[in-house]
Amino acid sequence: MNPGTYNLTGNQACAEGALSSGCRLLGYYPIVPSIEVIERFSKRCPEVGATLIQMEDEISALAAVLGASWTGKKSMTVTSGPGLSLMMEHVGLGVMLETPCVIVDIQRSGPSEGIPNSPGQGDMMQARWGSHGDYEIIALSPNSPQEMFDLTIKAFNLSERYRTPVLIMSDECVGHMTEKVIIPEASKIEIEPRKYYGGPKNKYLPFEWSQDFVPPIVDIGKGYKFHVTGLTHDDKGYPIMNEVCQELNVHRLINKIRLNAPQIIEIEEDKIEDAEVVVVSYGITSRVALNAIQEARKNGIKVGSLRLITVWPFPEKIITKLAKKIKAFVVPEINYGQIVFEVERCSHGNTNTVFVSHKATQVYDSDNILYAIEQGVKEKEIKEKIIEYNK
Amino acid sequence: MIKKEDHHPMESLLRMDRIPHIWCPGCGIGTTVTAFIVALEKLKLDFNKVCVVSGIGCTGRVAGYINLDSFHTTHGRAIPFATGIKLGNPELKVVVFSGDGDLISIGGNHFIHAARRNIDLTVICVNNFIYAMTGGQVAPTTPLTAYTTTSPYGNFELPSNVPQLAESAGAVYVARWTALHIRRLTNSIIEALQKPGFSVVEVISPCAMYYSRINRLGDGIDMMKFYHENSVIKHNEPTENLDIDYQKEIIVGKFINRERPTFTDSYNDWLVTEKKAQSKSMI
Repeated sequence: MNPGTYNLTGNQACAEGALSSGCRLLGYYPIVPSIEVIERFSKRCPEVGATLIQMEDEISALAAVLGASWTGKKSMTVTSGPGLSLMMEHVGLGVMLETPCVIVDIQRSGPSEGIPNSPGQGDMMQARWGSHGDYEIIALSPNSPQEMFDLTIKAFNLSERYRTPVLIMSDECVGHMTEKVIIPEASKIEIEPRKYYGGPKNKYLPFEWSQDFVPPIVDIGKGYKFHVTGLTHDDKGYPIMNEVCQELNVHRLINKIRLNAPQIIEIEEDKIEDAEVVVVSYGITSRVALNAIQEARKNGIKVGSLRLITVWPFPEKIITKLAKKIKAFVVPEINYGQIVFEVERCSHGNTNTVFVSHKATQVYDSDNILYAIEQGVKEKEIKEKIIEYNK
Repeated sequence: MIKKEDHHPMESLLRMDRIPHIWCPGCGIGTTVTAFIVALEKLKLDFNKVCVVSGIGCTGRVAGYINLDSFHTTHGRAIPFATGIKLGNPELKVVVFSGDGDLISIGGNHFIHAARRNIDLTVICVNNFIYAMTGGQVAPTTPLTAYTTTSPYGNFELPSNVPQLAESAGAVYVARWTALHIRRLTNSIIEALQKPGFSVVEVISPCAMYYSRINRLGDGIDMMKFYHENSVIKHNEPTENLDIDYQKEIIVGKFINRERPTFTDSYNDWLVTEKKAQSKSMI
């Protein structure tokens, strides 16, 4: 797309972001409310020579994306909650085969079919834990069409950098809202190149240990004759079923993300230096929370904002540090409590955590967040008084 | 006197560092792999451009023994994974090597739709009538009345007819042989590899460890002989006649060989036409 400023929906911006980052294959199964990503991509296919395939279900959609990625083509899939549930099988395979790819989840209300056309944030824990076994994953949460563009590029970059599937956990509201999106010149867009192996062909190890735990990759058809398996494997990619190999294999997969977390995590802080209450939010709720934060400040409450752009890996250390000096965290989410438990866990009991269950239908209403901020300050004061009295 | 060779004759296409393999004595997967390797050698393909994708199960392990770019994926998903590979790089020859449970049961939907789209894949389906890797459970291909660990009173579910399924879904090449028809099987694999589009070769294979043992049918080699001796070659036989009854005659042969544009051809045509239309509308 020519550089410039456009009015795009979040979903359209996501498709443009993917194309700008060099994505040339989209495998999908149609699901509301993610359709516009596919529609945009399909219209642009002839122009850029990209491949689009509607698979028979979400299971095969992600399988095809993983296969295509091994040919060197940047690939992605787009879905919503029910589809993400089906994809979990191949999130696991993607992690195990260390295959770069991007999964866009335009979240809707759940469980099961839920309300297809209403926003939700109920897949946040599924994104982290949905596939069986132990693994770490990267998930980003955009809160505007501009970020749908930017973070899709970032997601591709992270997936190439760390050889892992990366999830974009957006929601119906961000996906369907129309806003100005600035598309920069292609030369100004930072693209992470795939970390290719350059050594002799017969020495290639698909899962070699390296300094940053990310092994170099090769494409199919280049004569490396490599083997990879979803079974526990050694550095050659051969299945070895014993505890030592399991430990070496899984430990590296986990450490690849955990030890690189400081480089992966991106957050947006606002006025948290002197804050008594910090609102931890992500996605569309972060924009609703902004209103409440401004109201609270007018009322004289020292409130800061911490927006999670990277949700997984979770910014544990930042939360732990903050918890020691504030009175409360307020966590609004369009679910019945998911990320709030992470915030609570990372606070180690040093502060209160007030959860605001933000109903999908009240997505524009910030009153309950404001109320929670006010309660957050009070509750700590009450507790302090009790402690003083007990002394 | 038997001449002792110091090299395995197929070592260039086998991962010798993984031999011995896990397959039981008397299993038909080995002969199928032999037929596949001979086919590759006869075709003189660029082995760098051939890729094998397997699912899960006994036959799913084939990918791990063949010295080509090879993928051992999830249960039933070899075909969609291979579809992605073919779309990502249409130059590659992509072979799906898997079992009946993997391809017809859990992967049945993918099998149908890949055939419908006519993705250029060669599918080699080793049919041993049972789930062997998991210990001998009833399969969608288990013949009526056959015993398995989970059909202790005999199977009462109508089994799938793989060639008929392939034909009706749109496959362009369908053949069936037993694991002892090595020369004919090899020729069919050669034809399938050369055929643009979705080609299916079904291989009737003994499972010595479970199917034969539970049904008291003797060793693997007895079963292999039995299947071979009880097979009737009927090329172009209508696929509706290809049901397999328990320990009865098995019709083998080449049943379907037809032309249809592949997914990649149709997609590229669409891309070109659309690109022209778009550039015209811009003028």
